[in-house]
Amino acid sequence: MSKLIATRAIRGAHKLFERAEKELKAAIDEKGPDTKVEFPNTGYYLPISHGMLGLKIDTLGGLTQLLEEARKLLPPVPDENLWVPYLGHTMDAGMATLFIDEIIEAIKYTQNPLPYLTEPNPSDDQLWIGAANDVILRERGIEFVDGTAPGFAACVGYCPTNEIAVKIARELQEKNLYVFMSAATDGKSMAQQLREEGVQMGWETRLVPFGDDVTATVHSLGFATKVALSFGGSQPGDFQRVLKYNKNRVFAFVLALGPVDDEKHAQAAGAINYGFPTIADTDIDQILPSGICTYEHVVSPVEHDNIVAKAIEVRGLKITVTKVPIPVPYGPAFQGERVRKEDMYVELAGQTMPGFEFLTTRPLDEVEDGKIEVIGPEIDDVEEGTHLPLAVWVEVAGREMQPDFEPILERHMHDLVNCAHGVWHMGQRDINWVRISKEAKEKGFKFKHFGSILHAKFHGEFGKIFDKVQFKIYTREKEILELIEHARKVYHERDDRIAGMTDESIDTFYSCTLCQSFAPNHVCIITPERSGLCGAYNWLDGKAAHQINPTGPNQPVKKDKEIDDVKGQWQGINEFVYSTSHRTLEAFNAYSIIEFPMTSCGCFECISGVLPSTNGIMTVYREYPEMTPCGMKFSTLAGVVGGGVQTPGFIGHSKHYVGSNKFISAEGGARRIVWMDSGLKEEMRSILCEIGERDGIDGFVDMIADETVAVTEEEVLEYITRKNHPALTMPPLF
Amino acid sequence: MAKRSIDKSVEHMLDRKTPDSPETIWDRADNQKPHCTFGEQGLCCRACYMGPCRVKPGSKKRERGVCGATAEVIVARNFARMIASGAAAHSDHGRDVAETLLLAAKDPDSGYTIRDERKLNKVARAFGIDTKDKTTEEIAAAVAETALADFGRQEGEVAFTHLAPEPRQALWRDHDIVPRGIDREIVEVMHRTGMGVDQDHRSIMLQGARAALADGWGGSMIATELQDILFGTPSPVRGQVNLGVLSETEVNIVVHGHEPVLSEMLVIAAKDPELIALAKTKGAAGINLAGICCTANEILIRHGLPVAGNILQQELAIWTGAVDAMVVDVQCIMPSLPEVARCYHTRLVTTSPKGRIPGAKHFDLSDKRPLDTAKAIVKEAILNFPNRDKVDIPDEKMDLIAGFSHEAINYMLGGSFRESYSPLNDNVINGRIKGVAGVVGCSNPKVTHDQAHVSLTEELIANDILVVQTGCSAIACAKAGFLRPETAEKYAGKGLAEVCKAVGMPPVLHSGSCVDNSRILIALSEMVKIGGLGSDISELPVAGAAPEWMSEKAIAIGQYFVASGVYTVFGVGLPVEGSKIFSKHIFKEFEEVFGGMWGVEADPGKMATLIIDHINSKREKLGISKGRERVLFDMKMRRELE
Repeated sequence: MSKLIATRAIRGAHKLFERAEKELKAAIDEKGPDTKVEFPNTGYYLPISHGMLGLKIDTLGGLTQLLEEARKLLPPVPDENLWVPYLGHTMDAGMATLFIDEIIEAIKYTQNPLPYLTEPNPSDDQLWIGAANDVILRERGIEFVDGTAPGFAACVGYCPTNEIAVKIARELQEKNLYVFMSAATDGKSMAQQLREEGVQMGWETRLVPFGDDVTATVHSLGFATKVALSFGGSQPGDFQRVLKYNKNRVFAFVLALGPVDDEKHAQAAGAINYGFPTIADTDIDQILPSGICTYEHVVSPVEHDNIVAKAIEVRGLKITVTKVPIPVPYGPAFQGERVRKEDMYVELAGQTMPGFEFLTTRPLDEVEDGKIEVIGPEIDDVEEGTHLPLAVWVEVAGREMQPDFEPILERHMHDLVNCAHGVWHMGQRDINWVRISKEAKEKGFKFKHFGSILHAKFHGEFGKIFDKVQFKIYTREKEILELIEHARKVYHERDDRIAGMTDESIDTFYSCTLCQSFAPNHVCIITPERSGLCGAYNWLDGKAAHQINPTGPNQPVKKDKEIDDVKGQWQGINEFVYSTSHRTLEAFNAYSIIEFPMTSCGCFECISGVLPSTNGIMTVYREYPEMTPCGMKFSTLAGVVGGGVQTPGFIGHSKHYVGSNKFISAEGGARRIVWMDSGLKEEMRSILCEIGERDGIDGFVDMIADETVAVTEEEVLEYITRKNHPALTMPPLF
Repeated sequence: MAKRSIDKSVEHMLDRKTPDSPETIWDRADNQKPHCTFGEQGLCCRACYMGPCRVKPGSKKRERGVCGATAEVIVARNFARMIASGAAAHSDHGRDVAETLLLAAKDPDSGYTIRDERKLNKVARAFGIDTKDKTTEEIAAAVAETALADFGRQEGEVAFTHLAPEPRQALWRDHDIVPRGIDREIVEVMHRTGMGVDQDHRSIMLQGARAALADGWGGSMIATELQDILFGTPSPVRGQVNLGVLSETEVNIVVHGHEPVLSEMLVIAAKDPELIALAKTKGAAGINLAGICCTANEILIRHGLPVAGNILQQELAIWTGAVDAMVVDVQCIMPSLPEVARCYHTRLVTTSPKGRIPGAKHFDLSDKRPLDTAKAIVKEAILNFPNRDKVDIPDEKMDLIAGFSHEAINYMLGGSFRESYSPLNDNVINGRIKGVAGVVGCSNPKVTHDQAHVSLTEELIANDILVVQTGCSAIACAKAGFLRPETAEKYAGKGLAEVCKAVGMPPVLHSGSCVDNSRILIALSEMVKIGGLGSDISELPVAGAAPEWMSEKAIAIGQYFVASGVYTVFGVGLPVEGSKIFSKHIFKEFEEVFGGMWGVEADPGKMATLIIDHINSKREKLGISKGRERVLFDMKMRRELE
C-alpha cells in the first residue's frame, strides 16, 4: 500500500535535510556566507526556489533561508497505527526535497574543481554536466513548444545490464523524449552504462547526464521550472501556475531503475508536485488513484520491455511517430549525433566531392510513388573509408503541389536524414555532406534508405500537399556533374523570387500561434520581410503550413485597411491579433520597436532593445552569455521580453530580420544598431556591410560597438560618439 | 422492546440500573408512548387559541382547523416554524462567535486571539473587505462587523451566499429566496405562519427555504468560519471516543453543548499549571477535559481532546460517578441533568445567560474575563474531586481521526503546493469513488441508538461512497471505529479503499459539529468549481442523511441542503406525513424547484439504497456512470488544456 511510499519519501526528505544542513554549515564555515552561488549562465537563480518561492538566492548565506523553507515543510513520518493523512505531507516532503537538492547542488558550484563540466555535452574525462544553462533552455525550448520533444524521462538508478540501458535510452529517443539521467545507486548509473557502451550523450542527442548524486535529479525539475518561467509566462513565486503548467504542458515522468532508496522516493514525491509520475522496474508499491498527476502517480513493477510504453501511457501522452522503414533507430534525438572519422564507414559529398540535393515537381503520371533508384555504387559495393559524391534528386507530384513548396520540402531533407541513428548530415542544396557510421552499415543501412526516410516522412508531414514522390540517388560523379548545373539555376531563381517579395506586394500575411501552447497570448505575424522570431518560419513556410493543416497554428491574415504604412499597422491584422491574443493586444506595429511592438513567445534568436542615451538600439544573440549594455544578460532580457507581452523598447526577432528593409523601419532601420555582441556582429558582417552601403554610411559595421569595446551604455555612447555613429544624428527615439 | 443502543458502553451502564438509579432518556421515551399521532404527522396546530386543532384529511368533520386551515397549511406552518427555530439556534450561535471575534479584535485583554490569519484573510476576501494596510485586528473587526450586519440587514443578500456556485445563486434569485438578513428571514417565517397570514404551503416553504439558507449560508457558516479564525482551522488529529475516555485518576470535566467560545477557554484553563498542581493536592493525577455532543466535536477537531459520547450519553456520563463537573452552555442539554447529578457528586455548571437550569451552578462566561471564569469552573471541578463515591467507567473507547475541514481536505489531497479538490473530483469521475454522502444529525431514543448511523455509513462506504460527517452522527460512527484509517481496507469498497490508502484517510471524514455542516456546503461548491461534475451542486453525485434526527436544528439543516440542491433523506420519520399534498411537495415537487428534495426512510438499509440509486442516477446524467476512459494527449490537445 502507498503508506510505504509515503513513509520512505518522508524519511528520505529528512535524511537529505540532515545532509544539506551539515554541508551548508561546512561550506559557510569554510568560505563565508557572502560567497557567490549560482548555476551557470542563468537568469533564473536557483530555479526551484525562484519558481516556487520567488527567492533570488545568490550567496551561500542565502541558502540558509531555503533550508528554513525546507524545514517548515518537513512533515513527520507516518505512524505505524492510527496515522493522519499522509499524501499532503508526502507532497510537502517532496517539495522540501527539491529545495534541499538545490542547496546541495548549489554548494557544488562553489567547489574547486567544479564537479561538473559546464558544457552542453560531456567530455571524455567528465561525464556529468549539471544544470542546464539558459542558452540550452532557449535552444531546446522550441522543441517543447512545437511538440518535437513532448517531455522528458528523468531516469534515476541503473539497469540490470548495459544492453537494457541502451535499449531504454534508444526507445525514449525514438519517442522524441529527452532522457535526463542522475542518481547513481551503489556507484552505478544509467549514464555510466551508456558511456560503457559508447553511446554519444549530451543535449545534442537528448541523453543528458546531470550528475551521479541523487540531488542532481533536481536539475530535471529545475529545467521544467525554467520552461514554465520562460515560455509559460509564469511569474517567479507563482508556484501554482508553474506546477499546473508543467502538469498540462510538459509531459515528463520519472523512471526509477534498480533499487529505490528513501532519498529516491523523496525525489519522486518532488516530481509528483509537477504532475510527473514515477514508473519503477522493481516492486516499490503503487499509487494508482489519479488527481495530482494526470493518471497514476506511482506504478511498479514494470518489465523493462514495457517500461517506456507504460510510462507514456501513465503520463497520458500520445506520441505519433511515423514509422520509418530503415534498419537503424530514427528520431530527432539522433539529429545532434556526430559520426566521428574513426567511426565512419563512408563519407558522401562535402567539400572535396561534388553533391547536391534537389526537389522538383513533375506531372502525376511521371512519378511512381516510393520508387527509389540508386545510380552508382551502393554502400555494400565500397570499402570502409571510401569518399563518394552524392546527389539526391527528388520528384514529387500532386494536385496541391505548388512551386513555392519545393524549397520547403527540400530544406527539410537535412533534418529528416539526420534523424537516422548513425547518419550525419550537414548543409543543403549543393553544399551537402553526409557520413554513415560503421554501426549503421553493420545494421544494414544503405544509400537507398535516404529515399525510404524521405518517402515516409514527406508523406507523414506533407501528405496534404503532394500525392507521390520518387527518388534518384546518384553516387557517380558523371551524372551528378551533368545535373548540378540545372539544380543551381533553379536555386538562383528561387532566391530571386523570395528576395523580390515585399510586404507591399501581397495582401495576406501568416500568423503563427504554435507557441501559444507555452505563451498563451502571443501571436507572431509573419510577413515576407519579417520572418518568425524563432528563425524557423518565413512567410512561405507559413503559407505551406497552412496548406498542410488548414486549421493549424498558421492562418492567413488579410491586411485589410492600412492604418499606418510607416509603422506597419493594418486594421485586419489588428483585429486578428486582438482576438487571437485573447483580447490582450489591441494594436500591433510590424515595423516599430517603440510603439505597439510585436510580442515574443520566448523562442527569439535575438533581442533588440533601446539604449536611451545613445538614441540607438543594441542587438544580442541568444547564445551570448555575458552582460549587455542595457544592464541585463540575455536570460534576464528574455524574461522581460517574452511571454506574449508588449514591451515598448524591446523586440525579439530572428537574425534574418536584421538584414530586412523593414527592420524597425519606423525608427529608421538597422542604422539604429549601436551595439551587438561580437559573435553576432561577425556572423552578420556581410549583411551589415550591405546595410551600410544601402544607407550610404561608410564603415558602418565598425561603428557598431561590441563587448570588446563597450559593456555599459556609457561606454557604448562614448564609443559611438568617437565613431560618429549615425544614430546620434537621427531623430530622437522618444 | 427494541434494543436501546448498539453501543456496549450504554448497554453496560443500563445493565447496572437499579430501582434507585435515576431515570434515563430511554425511560422517559417509554413513558411517552404512544406518541400523539397528530403531532407525529404534523397535523396538530397550536398557532392560536381557537384551537388547538387536530385535522384529519379526508374525514368529514376534521378536514380543516377552526380557522379553516387545511392539513397542508398546518403541516407547512409547523414545518417552517421548526426551520425557523433551528435556524435561530445556529444563527444565534454564529452571532455569539461574531461578537467574540469583535471582542478579540478590540480588546487585547479579552483572552481571545486570532489564531488563523490565513482564514481571516480568506473570509475578508469573501466579504469584499479591503485588507490593504490594515492590521490583523482591524481586518478581524471588519469581518466581525460585516458578519454582525448580516443578521440585521433588511435588504440585499447575506454575504456568504455568494460562495455558492453562480447557477445556484441565480436559481435562488429566480425564486426570490436569497436571504436578506438572517434575523429578518426567521421573523418573517414566524409572521407568515401565524394565524391567518400565508395560506399557501408552497409559498410558506419558499420562505422556509429562505430562512434555512440564512442558516446554512448565514448563521452556521458565520459560526464555523469565524470560529476557525478565532480558534484555528481544524486539521486531521487523533482522538478517542466513548465513556471509557473518562479517567479514574484525573479530575474529569465534561463540557457539553455547542459553542467553542466556552470550551476553548476551558481548554486553556485545564492546562493551567497552578490548577494542575491544585488537582494533585486533591489526590488527582491531573485534569481530563472531555466532551459530549457538539462541544465535544469542537474540542476534538481542534485539540484532539476526548469525546465521552453523543447526546444520548449525557446522563450516562454522570452515571459513571467519575464526572467531577459537567459544564454546559446551549442546545441539546437535557433538563434532567440536575436530577441525575444529584444522585452522584457531579457539579452541574451552566455558563450561558441563554441557558439557565435550576439546580445548576451558574458561571457567566459572557463577562469580560472569560478565562478567569473558565479557571473558576475548573477549580470548582477540582474541589469536587474528593467528593467522588463509587466509580464505574465502562471499558469502551475507540481511536479515531477527525478534523477534516474544507481547508484540511484541500491540503491532504495535494500538499501545500498542489492543494486542490481535483483528486476528489477525478476519482469521482473515474468511478473509484461513486459519490459523497453527508451523514449527520442527532441521536433519538425512538430508534436504536447509533444503529442507523453506523449501518447506513457501513453500507455507503462499502458501495464506494465517501462519507462526510458532523455532530452526534460522527460520534456514533467514531465509536464503531469507522473513523480510523485502517477501516478503509476492512469496510470500504475497492475503489474508495484505493483512494483512502493513497491519501492515508479514513473512508468516513469527521468535519466537526452541527454548525460545521456549512463546511459541507463549501466543499460541495468547491467540487462544482473544480469541474467535471456539472455546474451546480444539484448535478453532483451527492446526498445527505440524518438517520436518527430529533432536533429542529436538523430540519433547518435538511432544508438548507435541499434548497442548495442536495437530495436529503431523514430517518425516524418526518412530521409532514399527515398531508399528502405537502409530502408530495417536499418529496417530489421540490426536485423541480431546487434540484434537491426531501426523503424519509426509517430503515437504514433502504435509506442506503435510496442514496446509492440517487448517486448512480446523477452519475448517469453526468455521463460518468461507466467510469472514464484514459485519454492520451497529443500536442494539439495539450494546447487546449488550461
